[in-house]
Amino acid sequence: MLTFRDVNFTYEKDRPVLRGVSFSVREGEAVGLIGANGAGKSTVLMLLTGLLAGEGEITVDGLPVTREHLAEIRSRIGFVMQDSDSQMFMPTVLEDMLFGPMNYGLSREEAERRADEVLARLDLAALKTRHNHRISGGEKRMAAIATVLTMAPKVLLLDEPTSALDPMNRRRVIRTLNELRETKLITSHDLDMIYDTCSRVLVLKDGRIAADGPAEEILKDAALLADCRLELPLRFQ
Amino acid sequence: MPAAKQKDAGSRIRGSMRELREMDTLADGTSPVHARHPLAKLAVTITYVLTVVSFQKYDLTRLFVMVLYPAVLFSVTGLRLRTCLWKLRVVLPLVMAVGVFNPFFDRETLFTVGGAAVSGGVVSMLTLMLKGALCLMASYLLVATTRIEAICAALRAIHVPSVMVTMLLLTFRYVTLIGEEAAVMSDAYSLRAPGQRGIHYKAWGSFLGQLLLRSSDRAGELYASMQLRGFSGQFPYAKTARGTARDVIYAAAWIALFVLARRFDVTALIGGLMM
Repeated sequence: MLTFRDVNFTYEKDRPVLRGVSFSVREGEAVGLIGANGAGKSTVLMLLTGLLAGEGEITVDGLPVTREHLAEIRSRIGFVMQDSDSQMFMPTVLEDMLFGPMNYGLSREEAERRADEVLARLDLAALKTRHNHRISGGEKRMAAIATVLTMAPKVLLLDEPTSALDPMNRRRVIRTLNELRETKLITSHDLDMIYDTCSRVLVLKDGRIAADGPAEEILKDAALLADCRLELPLRFQ
Repeated sequence: MPAAKQKDAGSRIRGSMRELREMDTLADGTSPVHARHPLAKLAVTITYVLTVVSFQKYDLTRLFVMVLYPAVLFSVTGLRLRTCLWKLRVVLPLVMAVGVFNPFFDRETLFTVGGAAVSGGVVSMLTLMLKGALCLMASYLLVATTRIEAICAALRAIHVPSVMVTMLLLTFRYVTLIGEEAAVMSDAYSLRAPGQRGIHYKAWGSFLGQLLLRSSDRAGELYASMQLRGFSGQFPYAKTARGTARDVIYAAAWIALFVLARRFDVTALIGGLMM
């Protein structure tokens, strides 16, 4: 579903962020992408969506991430940003949910029917007509997830989905992520959340994949995590 | 307590942003004007503004007829003039200040009122002030009765370039984010500068620089979010029904009225009839 083949990327000359990164994610898989600050996690997500262009081969659902395929690729990807305020820019939750589907040609009625389904699925019907600036941070994060689900994506990219959430909202997001059958690539420093939601984990260190394996194995490897400036999940400490 | 006083700066910014967001709530109204097609309202507003600014500098009495449009709209929509004036409180004085020096340059007496000479400068100043106030009110009425996305869709319908319309949309949607950044920075500053009123001029440069950088980042994220959901400069999601005969009549009636008011001295005609 997602492939990275020998991908290099640099923001500033002589300071590469990604160096020959290669990995693939199969359809339906839930993969956690972890690493210290500045390891390149968010960069990977932006390369997958074509927001950045790097060297190497990147494909999404068999399509190379190139200019001519961007519209098609973006219709298949749902990207939940770390900052929900940047993602939710329309006045109400419903209008934010309609924004994507209608841009991709759905009628208002069809898009609204889809939005209703997603809201019911996530138990968010009460948020439908609420104004974005009047909902809480936790509600906004859930609404942001709903927003991308309305586009019926095949792949979900989630950048720090549980950051700045209280324990109850964090648990709610984890529960929701586990209920979603879409292919998922999740970046986070919340390793307990990664353990709860992902079957496989990729570890980025200094722009390279330092480890790739089952979550159970990687997240219990104290030496590996320490070498990548990370710590064991709280439950294993 | 100085820190609390300083925190008011951030609160004030947040208050202003809340006010701006309230425009969306106003635009969700259900009056007959709210129900009109955005293109009709946009055409009326543009014609109104062009008509108002086209009056000559001594045409004060003729200009009074143009008050009819905002007066009718305030009445029909249920919007409050006081709210409008409050929301325009910052920009209104600036616009009205445009002609404030006219009385000093144009001292020729135009007419006398109760023995007092009224110079051309005073009349032209009042004309300019009234023009500014009317144009701002018309713009307010458009935004308070029409969602920004619908206005953008209408602008695209009359072939305003996509890049300009997108900039307008982003500015409207994004200005609240800049405001929030400014409020957070203002709070952070005041918490470390107790007893200071406002931001010291020595910090203005770095404050504005930081605001610009943060704003740029947030703008990038917001635009990326739009791109990722298929935004291409079109506005299919704008809530607009098909135009109806009522929309055409609404636009035609107002535009005809504006043209009449511009072409003929309606106040003199009414005065003549009454005499």
